[in-house]
Amino acid sequence: MTRDEHDWLDAEAGPVVRPYAVTRGRTNARTGGWAGGWGKATPIDLVAFVQAVDDTSTGMFLLPEHQAILDRAKTPVTVAELAGHLDLAVGVVRVLLDDLLQQRLISINEPDGAGRPDERVLKAVINGLRSL
Amino acid sequence: MASDPSEHSPMAVKILIAGGFGVGKTTLVGAVSEISPLQTEEILTNVGVEIDDITGVERKTTTTVAMDFGRISINGEIVLYLFGTPGQDRFWFLWDELALGALGAVVLADTRRLTDCFPSLDYFERRRTPFLVAVNCFDGVQRHSVDAVRRALDLDDRSPVVLCDARDRRSVKDVLIALVEHVMVVRA
Repeated sequence: MTRDEHDWLDAEAGPVVRPYAVTRGRTNARTGGWAGGWGKATPIDLVAFVQAVDDTSTGMFLLPEHQAILDRAKTPVTVAELAGHLDLAVGVVRVLLDDLLQQRLISINEPDGAGRPDERVLKAVINGLRSL
Repeated sequence: MASDPSEHSPMAVKILIAGGFGVGKTTLVGAVSEISPLQTEEILTNVGVEIDDITGVERKTTTTVAMDFGRISINGEIVLYLFGTPGQDRFWFLWDELALGALGAVVLADTRRLTDCFPSLDYFERRRTPFLVAVNCFDGVQRHSVDAVRRALDLDDRSPVVLCDARDRRSVKDVLIALVEHVMVVRA
């Protein structure tokens, strides 16, 4: 073939590295990531808060993406925001979070009583929106 | 020392923004979010044009293929998250996860292509997720009355229909307030 073979790899083609390359092909988060299988375990919620644990002693080899998560999670941050800021698919982020969780480098706070905030919360949301 | 996030994490409240392709979901999220909406966008290719129905949406050149979301801090304890659902049929598999734990949904409608929001209505009715229909009046043009839209969508009396301008912060705020008020009524 000519060198025109890869002409389709322009800026609009986006990244050509497969999303799960960063996890070395692992799509399975042991604690039940989205890619861990349908209905197997509850995936880490999109609005679960991730926080780095103040413990630097680890034997784990950290990928730059792991480190980026730890940096972002010094204060609580949601899974969805991590994925957005790191420009990684949510499924990939879940695998990385699982790694960090196994090493006790982060803690994850799943949303409470999913979807059923009480009336006090609903009123606070309405008042908060009004005063925006 | 290990920190305990349960003492520091705010409470996350999740609202979905649904509706057909190109109806203004990303715009709506951007109008009220305190962060730039985070999203994955893909340029519409020729292949995409065949898949995505762009009839009547002449100016839209990109399509959101993942989800976009925004954030509104209500107070120190509560953070509201808006998730735009993928507008194309081939991304339906993402909906179940998005809908999990959602407080309610805004179904954004364009009266030029009202049928586009039928799948969203069906979905939330089946799941019994409280929702309202927000008619996006592009360029301030209100083509049909609220009652006409309600009849066309065959909605019951419970789900509100409101008019909005997805670009306008105040208008979008009002839509979200109307949704949360509706959720309170449904639950009472």
